Amino acid sequence: MLEIKNLSFQVENDTTEEKEILDNINLSISSGSFVAITGPNGSGKSTLAKMIMGIEKPTEGQIIFEGKDITNASIDERAKAGIGFSFQQPVHFKGMKVIDLLSLAAGHKLGVEEACSFLSQVGLCAINYIYRELDNSLSGGELKRIEIAMLVARNVNLYIFDEPEAGIDLWSFQNLIQVFKNLIAKNNGIVIVISHQERILEIADRVIVIEEGRIVQDGRSEEIIPHLMFGIDSCHFYGRRVNF
Amino acid sequence: MKTELKQILKQVSGIDDIPSGAYNFRINGISELHNNSENTEIVKKLDRSGIDVVVKANTKGELIHIPTLIDESGLDDLVYNDFFIGENSEVHILAGCGIHNDGLHATQHSGIHTFYVGKNAKVKYEEKHYGQGVGTGNKIISPQTIIHLAEGSTLEIDSAQIEGVDFTKRLTKATIGDNASLITKEVILTTGNQTAYTDFRIDLDGENSSASIVSRSVAKGQSKQFFYSVINGNNKCQGHSACDAIIMDYATVKAVPDVTANHVDAQLIHEAAIGKIAGEQIIKLMSLGLNYEEAEQEIVAAFLR
Repeated sequence: MLEIKNLSFQVENDTTEEKEILDNINLSISSGSFVAITGPNGSGKSTLAKMIMGIEKPTEGQIIFEGKDITNASIDERAKAGIGFSFQQPVHFKGMKVIDLLSLAAGHKLGVEEACSFLSQVGLCAINYIYRELDNSLSGGELKRIEIAMLVARNVNLYIFDEPEAGIDLWSFQNLIQVFKNLIAKNNGIVIVISHQERILEIADRVIVIEEGRIVQDGRSEEIIPHLMFGIDSCHFYGRRVNF
Repeated sequence: MKTELKQILKQVSGIDDIPSGAYNFRINGISELHNNSENTEIVKKLDRSGIDVVVKANTKGELIHIPTLIDESGLDDLVYNDFFIGENSEVHILAGCGIHNDGLHATQHSGIHTFYVGKNAKVKYEEKHYGQGVGTGNKIISPQTIIHLAEGSTLEIDSAQIEGVDFTKRLTKATIGDNASLITKEVILTTGNQTAYTDFRIDLDGENSSASIVSRSVAKGQSKQFFYSVINGNNKCQGHSACDAIIMDYATVKAVPDVTANHVDAQLIHEAAIGKIAGEQIIKLMSLGLNYEEAEQEIVAAFLR
């Protein structure tokens, strides 16, 4: 169970005015659920995800995970408590091989077969990758899949994926959806996916829409999606007209 | 062999005892143990301290150990080692220098190594430098490597200064012939008040010659590092130098890559990057359950691997 109570996050902009990034977010997500969080760019989705992982600290409010208040816990304390995070922008590590990072994620030294199994799940021909360094020699799509595989390798109860679909082709996309389902089944855990992808929203149990730092819709995917997709064209986003 | 010497032998060569095949163990400034193989002869120089390592033409798959071990505080050891690698040979030379200094006096080793690599020969040369001991005397290792690569030959150098060397001034000079290649990868870690100078001077004289000079280093504490690399493209050739450094604490890192094309078909690239550990790298590893210090250690260890 993840509970978020009255969570707000403000930053000072250049004119030292305070800007509200997240405004009084309240959420309760039970175990065994698959939740998609969506909304326009800059609406605060990624900030919320980072707050759950401890990468950003809220200005106000509380985060309670499995009955414990983790609001002031560090990133590694939250990781040990069972929270995992897949970054929107994968990080480069010179000299570190894919198998090294997968081993750190799994918490023990992985054999070739075990490491390959995580990569295969994200559609990578594993043996070609396990000894590659996580540097510029890998494409953005490859790095993204390895980033997802790292979270798959973790044994946690709350998996947060920040826009996992970026760089993922059609074939892998089916695998990705299966990955989410497997993770929920594994520990009766929670999967939270920040996404704009209609097909991810469709398979989620619950869709939460954030706009301008506030939850504006929250419900079953079949209830929320028709409202999101209705009338979308190149100049609309979620039904709101964009002025160019 | 004394325990301390065995410890430093393990660090620089990865072996616990006397190996098979050709070897020369220089211990406290004296060539104490040496052995020839069928294809490799190790000859003591008569005019000055050092050895000639002579590898017959067409030798394949030979591993040669030439470690230098010092535990005599205050020793200033200068040695000249020359390598004559026969045509078409393929050999692996495992060098390295370890100093154990429990005393008050500076202990210094300066190895001047000259390579004459014959036509179409392939050589891999590994050199690890390491210092240990509780004494206040400095541990100083300053090698010079002079390289002559004949047509079609290749020399691959992996050098690592892993720990405990207070001062080093390394010079690598190479003249590279037609279709010959030099590939060097250098790894340096400095801590405390240590200082490391490393200086490459490469002449790409031959047609289709190439050189790749890669340096990765980490400077911690108040240590200082200076990287100089001069590549002259004197023919149709390819040259690449890359200095990549992580700076921490109050350290200083200077990188001066210098490429000169003296031929219209010379392709030369230099890269130099110095920066602290990226915050996002630490955050990523912390999100896998490592604390800040553990994350930093993993990043540094991988970078220097």
